[in-house]
Amino acid sequence: MKRRSFLKNTLAVTATGAAIGTGLVVPGVALAKEEKANPFKATSLEEALKAAGITEHEESDKITVKAPDLAENAAVVPVEVNSSLEDVSEIRIFIAENPTPHAANFAMGEGSEAIVKCRFKMGKSSDVIGVVKSGDKYYSAKKAVKVTKGGCGG
Amino acid sequence: MAKKFKTRLKVKEKGGKVNVKAIVSHPMLTGLTKDKKGNKIPEHFIQEVVVTANDKVVMTANWGPAVSKDPYISFDYEGQSGDVVKLAWTDNQDNKGEAEKKVK
Repeated sequence: MKRRSFLKNTLAVTATGAAIGTGLVVPGVALAKEEKANPFKATSLEEALKAAGITEHEESDKITVKAPDLAENAAVVPVEVNSSLEDVSEIRIFIAENPTPHAANFAMGEGSEAIVKCRFKMGKSSDVIGVVKSGDKYYSAKKAVKVTKGGCGG
Repeated sequence: MAKKFKTRLKVKEKGGKVNVKAIVSHPMLTGLTKDKKGNKIPEHFIQEVVVTANDKVVMTANWGPAVSKDPYISFDYEGQSGDVVKLAWTDNQDNKGEAEKKVK
């Protein structure tokens, strides 16, 4: 009996020891750090904006966010963001009430038009916010979309 | 499980602009859905899409799980016929896919 328990104990100890030794525990810490800076992980709109580096944004009528007033299927909501602003380098799309509001980020290269179409899932009725980076400033526009049945999670 | 992702790409030139349209067949799981037993289905979504024309990057998209299943994307860039447009994507489980088309 003694020998058996002795074996058991040593096995348990070596297993945890190995886990720490090979660094199985360490990546968890590193991951947690990365998540902080990742806007896709932010759970509120303010946090998401902050994580994306947007401290202030101005509402602009030069941006249009096209989306249906009433989404027929919340799992597929077509959204179009286009802007007549010049020097657009970035377009971000936020869905305010989603579990993770930061939906997508499009970095436009040289010679690209400031127009993007994409489809999104929506948890519930919410504002869809398009944020456009022109020069060093951020401009935004929003559109309310009504959802009758959620598309995130079941 | 054999996974198959199909990437479809369409490019069209009109008046100095090239319209790029693409659809990738991909489940785009959010990590919030549950299976019949109540276990969470791990998230699985495309994280990065890079579109290049003649080896020059015209657009990079970073996506979250909020993008719909079988994501569709459309945008324009200034280009001409003869450009080679290439689209490459990577998801959070390190699957990769790409498609290439020449603008007519």
